[in-house]
Amino acid sequence: MRLPCPICGERDIREFYYQGADVALNRPAPDAGEQAWQDYVFLRDNQPGEHRDLWQHESGCGAWIVVSRNTVTHLVSGAVLATDIKRTQA
Amino acid sequence: MRFSGLRVLKEGLTGNKGWTPHWSNPEPKAEYDIIIIGGGGHGLATAHYLASVHGITKVAVLEKGYLGGGNVGRNTTIVRANYGLRGNSEFYSHSLKLWEGLEADLNYNVMHSQRGVINLFNSDGSRDAAARRGNQMASQGDDAVLMDNAAVRKMLPYLDYDQTRFPIYGGLYQPRGGTARHDAVAWGFARAADQRGVDLIQQCEVTGIDVVDGVVKGVQTTRGPIRAKKVGIVAAGRSSQVAAMAGMRLPVESHILQAFVTEGLKPIIDHVITYEAGHFYISQSDKGGLVFGGSLDLYSSYASRGNLPMAEHVIEAACTLMPAITKAKVLRSWGGIMDMSSDGSPIIDKTDIDGLYLNCGWCYGGFKATPGSGHVFAHLMATGNPHPVAVKHRLDRFRTGVGVMDEEATGSQHNLH
Amino acid sequence: MRLRDKGTVDRNAPVSFTFDGVSYRGFQGDTVASALLANGIGLMARSFKYHRPRGVLTAGSEEPNALITVGRDGATDPNVRATVQEIYEGLEARSQNAWPSLGFDVMAVNDLAAPFLGAGFYYKTFMWPRAFWEKLYEPIIRRAAGLGALSGKAPTDKYERAFAHCDVLVIGAGPTGLMAALKAGRSGVDVILADEDSVMGGRLNAETFLIDGQAGSDWAATIVGKLAAMDNVRLMPRTTIAGAYDQGTFGALERVNHHTDIRDGKAPIETFWRIVAKQSILAAGALERPIAFQNNDRPGIMMAGAVRSYLNRWGVAPGKTVTVFANNDDAHRTALDMQAAGVHVAAVIDSRATAQAQGNYHLIKGAHVSGTSGRKGLESISVRTSTGIDTIETDCLAMSGGWNPTVHLTCHMNGRPKWREDIASFVPTDGSIPSMITAGACNGDFSTYACLRAGLEAAKKILSALGKTAADVALPEAEDAPYNLEPLWAVPGKGRAWLDYQNDVSVKDVTQAATENFRSVEHMKRYTTQGMATDQGKNSNVTALALLADATGRGIPETGTTTFRPPYSPIAMAAFGAGAEGKGFAPERKTTSHVATVDAGAPMMEAGLWYRPSYFPINGEKNWRQSCDREVGYVRNAVGVCDVSTLGKIDIQGPDAGVLLDLVYTNVFSTLKIGRVRYGLMLREDGYVMDDGTTARLSEHHFVTTTTTAAAGAVMRHLEFVTQVLRPDLDVRLMSVTEQWAQFAVAGPKARKVLNDLLDDPLDNEAWPFMACGDVTLSGVKGRLFRISFSGEHAYEIAVPARYGYSLFRLLTTKAKALGGGPYGMEALNVLRIEKGFITHGEIHGRVTAFDIGMERMVSAKKDCIGKTLSNRVGLLNEDREQLMGFKPVGAVKQLTGGAHLYNEGDEALTKFNRGYLTSVAFSPTFGHFLAQGFVRGGQARNGERMRMVDHVREIETIVEVCDPVFFDPKGDRTRG
Repeated sequence: MRLPCPICGERDIREFYYQGADVALNRPAPDAGEQAWQDYVFLRDNQPGEHRDLWQHESGCGAWIVVSRNTVTHLVSGAVLATDIKRTQA
Repeated sequence: MRFSGLRVLKEGLTGNKGWTPHWSNPEPKAEYDIIIIGGGGHGLATAHYLASVHGITKVAVLEKGYLGGGNVGRNTTIVRANYGLRGNSEFYSHSLKLWEGLEADLNYNVMHSQRGVINLFNSDGSRDAAARRGNQMASQGDDAVLMDNAAVRKMLPYLDYDQTRFPIYGGLYQPRGGTARHDAVAWGFARAADQRGVDLIQQCEVTGIDVVDGVVKGVQTTRGPIRAKKVGIVAAGRSSQVAAMAGMRLPVESHILQAFVTEGLKPIIDHVITYEAGHFYISQSDKGGLVFGGSLDLYSSYASRGNLPMAEHVIEAACTLMPAITKAKVLRSWGGIMDMSSDGSPIIDKTDIDGLYLNCGWCYGGFKATPGSGHVFAHLMATGNPHPVAVKHRLDRFRTGVGVMDEEATGSQHNLH
Repeated sequence: MRLRDKGTVDRNAPVSFTFDGVSYRGFQGDTVASALLANGIGLMARSFKYHRPRGVLTAGSEEPNALITVGRDGATDPNVRATVQEIYEGLEARSQNAWPSLGFDVMAVNDLAAPFLGAGFYYKTFMWPRAFWEKLYEPIIRRAAGLGALSGKAPTDKYERAFAHCDVLVIGAGPTGLMAALKAGRSGVDVILADEDSVMGGRLNAETFLIDGQAGSDWAATIVGKLAAMDNVRLMPRTTIAGAYDQGTFGALERVNHHTDIRDGKAPIETFWRIVAKQSILAAGALERPIAFQNNDRPGIMMAGAVRSYLNRWGVAPGKTVTVFANNDDAHRTALDMQAAGVHVAAVIDSRATAQAQGNYHLIKGAHVSGTSGRKGLESISVRTSTGIDTIETDCLAMSGGWNPTVHLTCHMNGRPKWREDIASFVPTDGSIPSMITAGACNGDFSTYACLRAGLEAAKKILSALGKTAADVALPEAEDAPYNLEPLWAVPGKGRAWLDYQNDVSVKDVTQAATENFRSVEHMKRYTTQGMATDQGKNSNVTALALLADATGRGIPETGTTTFRPPYSPIAMAAFGAGAEGKGFAPERKTTSHVATVDAGAPMMEAGLWYRPSYFPINGEKNWRQSCDREVGYVRNAVGVCDVSTLGKIDIQGPDAGVLLDLVYTNVFSTLKIGRVRYGLMLREDGYVMDDGTTARLSEHHFVTTTTTAAAGAVMRHLEFVTQVLRPDLDVRLMSVTEQWAQFAVAGPKARKVLNDLLDDPLDNEAWPFMACGDVTLSGVKGRLFRISFSGEHAYEIAVPARYGYSLFRLLTTKAKALGGGPYGMEALNVLRIEKGFITHGEIHGRVTAFDIGMERMVSAKKDCIGKTLSNRVGLLNEDREQLMGFKPVGAVKQLTGGAHLYNEGDEALTKFNRGYLTSVAFSPTFGHFLAQGFVRGGQARNGERMRMVDHVREIETIVEVCDPVFFDPKGDRTRG
C-alpha cells in the first residue's frame, strides 16, 4: 500500500505511522464532559467503508496527514495535512 | 450419534454409510429465548453452555455465512493461559481448564494438544516482566516455568543463539499451553449445541436489532424478523457494525492480522514459540505445516487480507530467530479482522439496552478464549450476573478507569495492543 | 523414453544427476520430472496420508505428486516440484515421505486402513484416554504426516529481496502475454514480462501449433528475442508472480540459481521481488483438470496436456502405449501428437457420445475409464462402455476433464471468480484487482488465435489507461479451434476416485462431508482437507466443488468457491525475509563511544536499537557484579563517566515553545528560568504516564527536552502530533537532535574536577548550581552542560557535537581514572538510580499514573495538559491502586527479585491475596544489601511494614520492609554539594 503524502508524494506504507480515526483532530476542552472525552479517546464509529484516519509520515517529512481510505477495498482517495484541516476549521 | 473409536471402526467395516449430519439446518422460528448473533467459536460456545449448563435451549445462533467462518476458522490455533493481569489471568485460567475437558464435554476430538508454549524474552527488563507474569500465573494455580538461556537452548536447540540481533535471554514456559484444531472447535461446539436443541441458522445475516423503550425485542434478518427476550452480540471483527444497529459505539477498531502456513514438513517444532523482540509466534500443525504470525497490519481495515510489509516483517523475525526453518515454503497467507479494544482486553457485559448483551474486543487473542468466553457469556446471559472470573470485563471500564486491563501497557490506541 | 528429433532440450549438453542415490542422464533443459520419465522412472513420490505410490501428474508448478528434496545440509530444499526443478550437473534429488524406500514404504499400510481414516475420522476418535492424545496418537500422526524434511540447519544458500517498478506488468509469457508485452513494449512504456517457466512461450512450447506458419515455440523465441532487444522491456523468466496486493503491488519470486550449481555466496538462488505496476495484464493461462475415477492416481496417469508437454518440449514419451481419457476435443491432440511421434496410441476414450475422431486412432465414445491396475505404475485400465467393461493394456493414461483458467491472482484481494457454463469453469470477475486486465486462457479464451488477439486488446486498453498511443502490432495467424466440452467430474462407480492427490481426498470424502452436513464449500474443504495441499487445489478444487454441488443438489455458482490466497505457489521463508537473518533483522545504532567501549572489553547490551555497555570489566574480576560494584563506587566516591547519548534529545524553538511544553508536560515549563533545567512528567491522553525527562531552557525561545531512550521516537511523534494536529497555531519548531549530540554523564564528588580540567572556563557551584545549564567550550569546541544527576551525586551531563564524542569520551575516562574513577555501564547506572529512588520504564511501564508514582502533585492545577482530564477518572485516583515504594529484605533470605509478588505476612501466596510486585531490583554495594522498587497497594501508608515477597517462578521467598523509594541521600545534599 502507498499513501499520497501531500509534501513528499506517493510513498510506501512502511514510511508511515498509523494512529487511528481522525477523531483525534478534535481534542475536547477539559470541561467538555465525560461523553466528549469517551468519544475522543476510546469510542469509534469503526464502520466498514470510507474512513478518514490519521497517519504520520514518520520516516519521511514528519507530516501528520489525514488519509481518506476505504477500509474494505483499501482504495486511497486522498490525503491532506492535518495542519491544513485544523487551520481551515479555525 | 456418539463418536468413538468403535464407531469409526464399525462404520469403516460397513462402508461408512451410517454417518449422519453433525448438525441440522433448521428454519428460523418466530421467537427464541435467546438469540446469539454470530456463529463463530464464541457464539457457538455460548449456545452450547446455555444449553448444557443453564438448560436454556430455545436458543438460535444466527450466522451470516457458514458456522465457524470467522476468526475461529483463521487463526494460529494457540491455546494458553499466561496473562499477567488480574481479570485476564483468572479468565484465561478458567478457559484453559475448560479446554482440558472439552473433548469429553463435546464428544468431539478438537485435537487440543498441550505441547507447551514458550515466550522468549530478550532483555533483563523483559525477564523481570516475564517473571511477574509467571508469578501471576503460578499464584493463580497455573503452571509457569522461568527458563534461562541454557534451558531454552536445551529445549529448542534449533534457534539462533549466536548471531541473532536480539539475543535470547530465556523464556517463560507454560507446559499446559499448546494448540487445538481450530475448525474442529467450532464444529464440536456446533454439534453439541445442535444436539441439545439449539437452532444453528446459517446464511442468516442480522440487519437490524429491534429495541423498544430501551428493551431489546428481537432482530431483523435476511431470513425475516425473529423475536427474542435476550440478544447477545458475539461478532468479533464486526462488533462495531452489529452494535451500531442498536445505536451503540464501541471502544473498538477493526484491524487485520495476517497468519501464514507453510507446506507440510516432517516434525521440527514441537512447542509453540513466541519471540518478543520480533512479534512472532510459531507452531507446527499435526499435518506438518508451520503455522505462524506476528503483528497487526496496523491500519484499520475490514479487508480480511494483508499486505506485504507486515508479511515480510513477520518472516524476517523467523529468519533471525530460527534460520533452520527458513527453507520451508510459505503455502498460504490470510488475514482476519480483529476487534481491537482500547486496552487490548475483551468486553463481556450487559449493555444499557435491557436484554442486549455484548461479547467483543478479543483483539488477536480470541481463539484460546473460545470455551471460556462462551461459558462466562452464557452465565451472564442466563443469570444476568457476570461470572466470577469475568467481573472485570466491563464495558464501562474506560469511562471509569476502574479495571482497565492493558496487558501490553500501550494505552488507549487500539492498534497498539 | 526419449524420442529422437523431438523437443527443445539441448542434445549436445548431457547432464547427470542423482535421484535416490542413483545416477541418471538428461539434457540441458530437462526438469527432474522429464529426465526421470526419459529414463523410464515413473514412481517419484508417495502421497501424504495413505503413502500411495505416485508419479508425475503435471508438467508445471501445480504438480501435487512429484515432490522431491534437493540438495543436502544447509542447502536442502524439501518439497521441490520435480516438474519445475531443472537439472544441472551434480544435482542431488531424493524422494520423500517414504520409509525405508520409495519402492517399499512401510507407511503404505495406512492405505489398507483407509476405510477407518476417511474425511474427519480424527474428530471422532482418539478421545480416550485423555492423556493418550499427546503421548501416543498425536506423535504417530505427526510422524506420518508432513512431506519433506528440513535439514535442521541454517541455509547456506543466499537469498535476496528487491524492488521493481514499471508501467505494465505482464503476468505470463504465453501467446497472450507475449503479444501484450510486444505491443506495450513497442508503444514505449516500461514493461516487465514475468513467467514462472524457464523458457517463455507457455503452451506454445508444449504444443505443435503454427503461428504465421512458424512452429509455435520458434515464434515465441522470436518474439522473446524482440522483447529482449527493447530497453523498456524487462524479461523475468523463472519468476512467479505470487501475490496481488494493494495499489498494483505484486510479490514475486525469481528462482535465480536453482537451475545451476552456482553457490558462490554472491548470486542469490532466489530473489523475492516487490513489483509496483501502474497497470497489469494477467495472462496466466489455464490448468488442465483431472477426472475422478477409481484409482486415477497410479504413476503413468497424467494430464493430457502434460503428456504433450513431455513429448513436444522434452522429447519424452511417458509411456510405450498411450491411452487418452477426456471429455473434450482438446485432449485428442495428445493422441495425434503421440502418433506423429511414433508412439502407439491404444485408444481415446471420450465420455461424450458425440465425440469425433480427429485422426486415425481408436475412439471409444460415450465411455468412461472405470478403473486401473498396476501397483507402482499403470499396467491397464478398465473402460466401461454401453456394452460392458473392456480392459486395455496401457502404461500411460492421458486424461483431461477440461481446463480451468488460472484465476488465482484475481482472488487475492477478495475477488470472487464467476462461473461460465459454456466452458464449465470459473473466469475472473472484472475489476477484482484494480488496474488489472485479464486476458487469454485465464479469461476463458482457449484458442491460440483468441489468445494472441486478447493479448493485443489487453495491451491496447492498458496503454489507453496510461494515456499512451498504442503502436501497431499485426495479429498473427493461428489455430482457432472451438473448445468443445461436456462436463465430466467423476466417473460413477465403486472404489476410491481421487480428487486432491497429495492430500488423498477422494470423491467419497466429499460426498461423506455433504452427508455429514459440511455443505458449505468452506466446510467441505476444511473437513476433508480438499484443496489444502501444496497446490492449493489448483488441480482439484473446481471438480470437488462441482461434486459438492451435485451432492447437495445445488448449482455450482450457488455452491460458491473457496478463496485462493497468496502466494500462488509456495515461497521459501528465506526469500520472503531475506537479509533479516542474524543481525540483519533490525538496524544497529551505536553511540560515539561504541568503539572505545568495545575496545575496553565491555559486554554490550541491546537498548531498543542501540547498544550500550553493561559494565567495564578490569583484570581479576570474576563476574559482572564485581565490576558493577566497583563502578558504583566510582560514582559514590570519586567520579564515573557514562555515555547517555541514547536518551532522546529534542530541540524546541519558537516563541510558543513554553506553551507547547506546558501542554505536553504535567508541570509548568513556561516559567522556567533561562539557564535552568526542570524534570517533567508526560502523560498519554488516557491519563497514564508516557515518559519523563529533563528540559533545559537555553534561551527565551529555546528549550532542549530529553526523553528516555525507549520513548525517544514516541515522544518526538507525540510532540509533532501536538504541534501539527492539535495546536498548529503555535509558533514553535521541533527537531530531534539525538544523534547530533554526544552526551556523557560525569557523576561523583570529583565530577567538577574532571570537567574543570577540560572546560575552557572552569565551573563553580555558584554559577553552576544543581539544575543549571548553559553553553560551554572545551578547547574551543562549543558544547552544552547540564548539572543534572541520575545517581544522586554531584553530577553533570556534557554534550558536544557528535563528531567530538569519541575524543571526549576518551578524555573524560582518562581524567576520571586519574582521579580514582572511570567509565560505568548500565548495571552500575541501574544500581545508582535505584539507590536514589529514580524511576525508569521498569516503573513507568505504561499502566501507572502520576498518582501511582507519588507525583500527583506534579500535575499542575493551574493549566490543562495532555492526559489531565482522563487522569482524573475515579479508577485512576483510587486509594486502592498500587503505588511506588522502596523495599529492602529483612527476612532470612536476603535476595530480592524483579517481578516477585508481594503479599501480606500470613496471607497465602495466591492471586486473590496479591498486594503488589517488585519492578526493579539491585544489590547495593553502598548499603550492602538488596534494594528494590515496586508497587504496593496502600503505598506510603504501609511505609515501615513487613510484607511477604514470593517469586514463584524463581522459587525465592523472603520478608521485605516497605520503605520510601529514596534510599540514598533523601535530602539531596550530595546532589547539590
